[in-house]
Amino acid sequence: MAAEQICVSRSPEETQAIAEALAPALLPGDIVALSGDLGAGKTAFVQGAARGLGVKERVTSPTFVIVREYQGRVPVLHVDVYRLGNLRELVELGYEEFLDPAWVVFIEWGDAVDALLPDEWLEVELRREGDEERRVVFRAHGREWGRRLAGVRERTASWKAAV
Amino acid sequence: MIVLGIETSCDETGVAVVEDGRIRSSLIGQQIELHARYGGVVPELASRAHLRTLNPAIGQALDHAGVSARELDAIAVTVGPGFIGSLLVGVSAAKALALVFGIPLIGVNHLEGHVEAAFLDRPGLEPPLVGLIVSGGHTMIVWLPEHGRFEILGATIDDAAGEAFDKIARFVGLGYPGGPEIDRLARDGNPAAHRFPRALMAEPSYDFSLSGLKTAVIRWVRERRARGEEFDLPDFAASFQEAIVEVQVAKTLRAAEEKGASSVVVAGGVAANSRLRALMLEEGGRRGLDVVIPPVELCTDNGAMIAAAGIRRLARGERTPLDAGPDPNLALA
Repeated sequence: MAAEQICVSRSPEETQAIAEALAPALLPGDIVALSGDLGAGKTAFVQGAARGLGVKERVTSPTFVIVREYQGRVPVLHVDVYRLGNLRELVELGYEEFLDPAWVVFIEWGDAVDALLPDEWLEVELRREGDEERRVVFRAHGREWGRRLAGVRERTASWKAAV
Repeated sequence: MIVLGIETSCDETGVAVVEDGRIRSSLIGQQIELHARYGGVVPELASRAHLRTLNPAIGQALDHAGVSARELDAIAVTVGPGFIGSLLVGVSAAKALALVFGIPLIGVNHLEGHVEAAFLDRPGLEPPLVGLIVSGGHTMIVWLPEHGRFEILGATIDDAAGEAFDKIARFVGLGYPGGPEIDRLARDGNPAAHRFPRALMAEPSYDFSLSGLKTAVIRWVRERRARGEEFDLPDFAASFQEAIVEVQVAKTLRAAEEKGASSVVVAGGVAANSRLRALMLEEGGRRGLDVVIPPVELCTDNGAMIAAAGIRRLARGERTPLDAGPDPNLALA
């Protein structure tokens, strides 16, 4: 069982705030994979995290173009594999940055994707609880992230779910 | 001037021959069936299809126009924004032709091409004008004070309009592409049956937000499904469509008023939406504006708009170096 931190968000703005609080814990080379239904707030989460990483540009849905790149304190890649068969296609499309240690990569991956994820990654699951309410579940994958989850817990403590 | 235009930024292979303001030929290789089972464009499939169809399409476009390649003054090609793999197919072909025939290569911005479609459709139309560019990947209001100078007044802060249509259509089990399906159903529906949110409608900015509408509509459908309640699909489609169209029309016309423009142009794939066309013409006409919405085949991606934009750039003396590459994130302004 992977280590988890579960937060509660009551609005898209709060989802952004949680993500923004997470941002300082992210390092170049990190891969953050987001799962959740349509409308769960995956793009809102990336908007908040990008803001926290110093991205000044507007972060919009990457669904149509598959990938958007941003410059913050570190370069940020925002990927939506909604329409790709798997992540390998991303590399075939010419996005080697996906595997580049200089980037922080956010992947909206859905559940059906055969992920080509490395050993270390942070999963963010956005689970619908009510009209506006979402559970934001941070799940560490890999030994390194297992250790780093403590930092995530600390930064997102004020939104921690009661249960 | 006679220019061959090549458009391969997304899933449609567009090739056309334009002589000054006149379309001599325009071919569009639709890939819709290819992408339907994925519920959207798959870039890898799209670029392979472009590879297959582009060369024959170039030959046919020249044939239909009755023009030989030696008569061409330039090759215009979409250099972005779009899918990198798809763009590369068109740009590589354009470079090869320019090199072989010793004529200029003209790189064109896809969005500039969409606006150019209005000038093709309406000879005599001149800036200044306000344009609404709406498609699967873009939703923005632009100000064109003069040819070659674009200013973005506002754009979506999250999802594009075409994307919202596609995602909601897929969510309620309609086919791909979602826009035409919703448009078709909506014709038999009541747009006032349900009130979905009009995001940022009251705000002074020209930005759009469609993510909240998407979430609200999904919630509405889930609630009814949870209660085992049926709902009228045409009413639903008409109400959802109205929420998108109303905001787009209101903001575009407000921009025209603020800028003092007398002409408004609607461009891009979503400009094929019949309700958007009707409401923009009606409301724009009421305010005495000249509303130009090109026919559907000029609104969706095509080579003619690229050729026409190429002619304009060529006339300004612009040339694109043969070592230039496509830019998937190319900005309009």
